[in-house]
Amino acid sequence: MANRENFVAPKRYNTIAIALIAIGILSTITLYITAGSKDDPHQQARFWGSLLQNSVYFLLVVNAAMFFICATTLAWGGWQMAFRRVPEAISACVPVVGVIAGAILLSICFSSNHEIYHWTDSAHVAHDPTLDHKKGFLNKGFFATVTVLTIVLWSLLGWKMRKLSRSLDENPIPTVEGRKKYMWNNTIWAALFMIVFALTVMSSIPWLWLMSIDAHWYSTMYSWYTFASTFVAGMALIALFVVFLKNNGYLEHTNTEHLHDIGKFMFAFSIFWTYLWFSQFMLIWYANIPEETVYFKPRAQGEFSGVFWLMFIINFIAPILILMSRDSKRNYAVISIMAVLILFGHWLDFFQMVFPSPMTDPKTGVTHVPNILYDLGIALGFVGVIMFATGRALSKAPLVAKNHPFMKESLIHHT
Amino acid sequence: MGVKKFVVGNFYDENVLFPAVKKVRRAGYKIHDVFTPFPIHGLDKAMGLKDTSLHVAGFIYGITGTTTAVSFITWALTIDWQVNFGGKPFFSLPAWIPITFELTVLFAAVGMVLTFCWLCQLAPFIKKDHFNPRSTDDTFVMAIECTDKTNEADAVAFLNSVGATEVSVQYRETGWWLGRYDQDTVKYGKKIEAA
Repeated sequence: MANRENFVAPKRYNTIAIALIAIGILSTITLYITAGSKDDPHQQARFWGSLLQNSVYFLLVVNAAMFFICATTLAWGGWQMAFRRVPEAISACVPVVGVIAGAILLSICFSSNHEIYHWTDSAHVAHDPTLDHKKGFLNKGFFATVTVLTIVLWSLLGWKMRKLSRSLDENPIPTVEGRKKYMWNNTIWAALFMIVFALTVMSSIPWLWLMSIDAHWYSTMYSWYTFASTFVAGMALIALFVVFLKNNGYLEHTNTEHLHDIGKFMFAFSIFWTYLWFSQFMLIWYANIPEETVYFKPRAQGEFSGVFWLMFIINFIAPILILMSRDSKRNYAVISIMAVLILFGHWLDFFQMVFPSPMTDPKTGVTHVPNILYDLGIALGFVGVIMFATGRALSKAPLVAKNHPFMKESLIHHT
Repeated sequence: MGVKKFVVGNFYDENVLFPAVKKVRRAGYKIHDVFTPFPIHGLDKAMGLKDTSLHVAGFIYGITGTTTAVSFITWALTIDWQVNFGGKPFFSLPAWIPITFELTVLFAAVGMVLTFCWLCQLAPFIKKDHFNPRSTDDTFVMAIECTDKTNEADAVAFLNSVGATEVSVQYRETGWWLGRYDQDTVKYGKKIEAA
């Protein structure tokens, strides 16, 4: 093929994506029949919990791609320019996954089933001093407003950043002054996204969407921890798409030097995630106050301990040992395997963040681990959606932003 | 180490230096080193230098630090002097992680600094023998080591032809040395500057 500037989905690419979406829909239907359609609200929570875990995880992961773009833009970094269209395309999934996640979150919030979000039960809250105290933050109106506003703002600001990037494809800027102005414009919009990102992913959103499942418990580190989790998974997703495009003969300017730096992000933020995970864990372990240890009891020692320690090994031990050396970060096969492993590991992290509370029977107090195969099936559906939407976004614009003022920095990039 | 003979040339431009390094290597001369005032990306690759073993050493020092911390705290708090901290078990790994981490970093950092100094032959009171002091200021200095087969005149002419200036033949001590390069003119019975 002569023209390798524009992505053309390989023959089986969309077929695989649609097959994965089909698996996802099938798993959702099966889980609905076996759990979601039951009269028992505890059984229904199993179904909605799975949808919540998957949609929120994949929404935060694709949104991390736009965070990566804005962070590098604000730092005036140039090295990522050779493959910048890849995170741009991934971030184009935000509206799609966002609509799905928003619909799921609002249905859980406004449903008559209070198994997942206990604080939605106003009769219960009236007798619960702790939840009553939190009413200013944990109420349906605030939840719905923030959820809708967040997803809309992420989508709009991401769309604006992508539009700015594509505006140069046809008309390069001839003057230095014009380029400075363009970079200034980019900086402003990236900063706006960053402010929204800081107020959502880095603070309020994980508290609302995930931490409020364990409504009595709280941790101020929770949002940072969730951010680190999704950012490292987002870098892994970018790495996977870069390696995929490279294998298909695209991205001629991206080489091992760029892959090395993506690998460094995966390595560094795995350690960063562990640092936050441990900081949260150790303080609670040390103080040993029952209302705080209630979070870790079913996870670190109870039914979920298998999942808990497995994801700790995948997310910390494996990256630190395997990605430490320079050679492994420059190796396409190692980076691909580690990217898949990290994406799965942080998905497991979300699994153990969401399920222990809804899977605890309110009558007996017994916790059980749900059959993870259903959740994996639904996760594959989301993978299919991301594959499909990213593939579409990739084919819409040239894969190399060749007229960007910082393009040369990426071409001569050297680590 | 001992004193060796070198053909030394100065370069003022990276764009001259890089092709020169390639040409000198292709002509079969042995480049002793290229001295630059600042790190130049890609020069190590152009010179065909091997990757440093410093990071492997760092990993080993780090692991040593981890082992030292964990084994010492374990021995101290579970065998030698058991203390009950708020009803926690004597073997309380989470509480020891910060210290283990610190000791890992300390061992790795100190060990790597010392190893770096050893590899670069840096130590207090040790003076380095410079080919050209301006390599710390504004020029790139390439030193070609003369072996038995090297013809000095040819090497000088070749360096001139690839764009070097002020090419000279020098005797230099490349290893540990306690002398002063700016005061001594004779070392071990050999003159430093060849005519």
